[in-house]
Amino acid sequence: MISQFPALQVVIPLIGAPLCIILRRGALPWLIALLVSWVALFMAATLLSQVAAGGEISYAIGGWLAPLGIEYRIDVLNAFMMLLVAGTSSIVLPFAYKSVAKEIPEEKHYLFYSGFLLMLTGLLGMAITGDAFNVFVFIEISSLSSYAMIAMGRDRRALSAAFTYLVMGTVGATFFLIGVGLIYAVTGTLNMADLAERLPPLYESRTVLAAFAFISVGILLKLALFPLHLWLPNAYTYAPSVVTAFLAATATKVALYLLLRFAYTVFGAEFVFDIVPSTPVLMTLALAGIIVASTVAIFQTDVKRLLAYSSVAQVGYIILGISYANVTGLTASIVHIFNHAVTKGALFLVMGCIAYAAGACRLESFAGLGKRMPLTMAAFVIAGLSLIGVPLTAGFVSKWYLVLGAMEEGWWPVAVVILATSLLAAVYIWRVVELAYFRDPPADGPELADPPLALMAPTWILTGACVYFGVETSLSVGFSEQAALFLMGGR
Amino acid sequence: MEALGHFNYWVVVVLMMIGFYALIARANLIKKIVGLNIFQASVFLLFISFGKVTDGSAPIIAEGIQIYSNPLPHVLILTAIVVGVATTALGLALVVRINEAYGSIEEDEITEMDRDT
Repeated sequence: MISQFPALQVVIPLIGAPLCIILRRGALPWLIALLVSWVALFMAATLLSQVAAGGEISYAIGGWLAPLGIEYRIDVLNAFMMLLVAGTSSIVLPFAYKSVAKEIPEEKHYLFYSGFLLMLTGLLGMAITGDAFNVFVFIEISSLSSYAMIAMGRDRRALSAAFTYLVMGTVGATFFLIGVGLIYAVTGTLNMADLAERLPPLYESRTVLAAFAFISVGILLKLALFPLHLWLPNAYTYAPSVVTAFLAATATKVALYLLLRFAYTVFGAEFVFDIVPSTPVLMTLALAGIIVASTVAIFQTDVKRLLAYSSVAQVGYIILGISYANVTGLTASIVHIFNHAVTKGALFLVMGCIAYAAGACRLESFAGLGKRMPLTMAAFVIAGLSLIGVPLTAGFVSKWYLVLGAMEEGWWPVAVVILATSLLAAVYIWRVVELAYFRDPPADGPELADPPLALMAPTWILTGACVYFGVETSLSVGFSEQAALFLMGGR
Repeated sequence: MEALGHFNYWVVVVLMMIGFYALIARANLIKKIVGLNIFQASVFLLFISFGKVTDGSAPIIAEGIQIYSNPLPHVLILTAIVVGVATTALGLALVVRINEAYGSIEEDEITEMDRDT
């Protein structure tokens, strides 16, 4: 049974999706989604413990051996990503029951959970597969379902946001497809392990260079690196709360994983960082993204949008770590992928709680919330501290490694930018905190209270995780370091 | 005349640019979707061109035929076409919903309405 886990990891969510449509009565679709997601989490955890102990797992789909068949190849890095994806959905789904009931008309609930499971399938598939074309198929499964999910937002602007995302996302995925076609044309294989062997002799080829350009631009569009982030703020702002929390914690993170996979495993670090000068390009874009997005976040009047811009900035930090091309930087990036997922997940769940109680996340509706929704706002403060990178929170750990990595290369200005932009994060979090704790609520405002336990518990689990992973780093840093060494060491 | 020998790749590039231009420059959402379609179709042609082997026959086993074209890109493109159809369908469905919600499918008018609210 356990030997079939790699296939089941993707197949079970995929089967769960139509099941939600067949058994559409009442709470059944939600139950199915919850069950599937917990099973997926269990399988991801099993796979991670297996690869951590005994190296890579290779699984031939349908018994067709690689390179002819599609291979699922699991190592520490993607097992860790699958744990992140399945873990987030397992925490977000209990939250979904009440939040979705409030935000989405009842006759669409089963479609919502069906779409959610498809999103989960796509993201898990992107992480697990060892076949370059299969990646494209899973990118499109997760993207198409997320366009539909974003369009379910209450505001009509959700529709135009979903449309923009659809256009930009499809261009990104098609660029990726062009790149995959080009490397197939020169190597005659789509299997990543095979590609890794056949590409090095072709490093001088202009086709390989073009393929790398298309693939990286395609992936950078999906992971929303500045200036390719234009789809992100609106999509996150107007999507239903649950979708925002799930997408913010996982979708860009899995795209980041793909960038690592193609840079290190497929093309090889020598090509990406020595032959193509990726470091200056990525570093410039990352630094520009961090500074611009953090600054823009300060001036937002909708807190969800503020957090969305902050996400663009955080993607910048992760790319910055990758651009160092050293082990510390890579560890920092992988840790930050995890820590930021936890932090942003918590923050967007807080937004979900506030949307549940107050109906909107506009900045002015936060006035006096500290007294009226004390538990919710306390979660916001703790997760916000983690976003800034205050010691004893998860955010501190990743920024610590980011600064260390910059020091190793002697890049003092980069370290200064990391610290200075943390202050920008402090500014935009403080704006919300100041309103919530030091202003009186409007006299004519509605009565507000903390939402029910079904919403508070998942929020506090993720908030607790922000603190837990700030103190106890053996899981997050341990696996990240192992994955970084694995990538750097090549195969 | 070597450049003309690769005329199918020229077609791919021209189609790609036409599609990309329509996608970026047109404000009408339906025209954007059409542009996206042309853009994707050019990539399909690119893949199919890769699969052609000089003097190769269709990849069906038959007597007296030694050289076959590579069928793998064809299979990949069948999948990509399905994905493209799904994308188009979803895009058009969104346009219908946008038209219901805004009463317009012109991007500039929609942006204008969003700014007012």
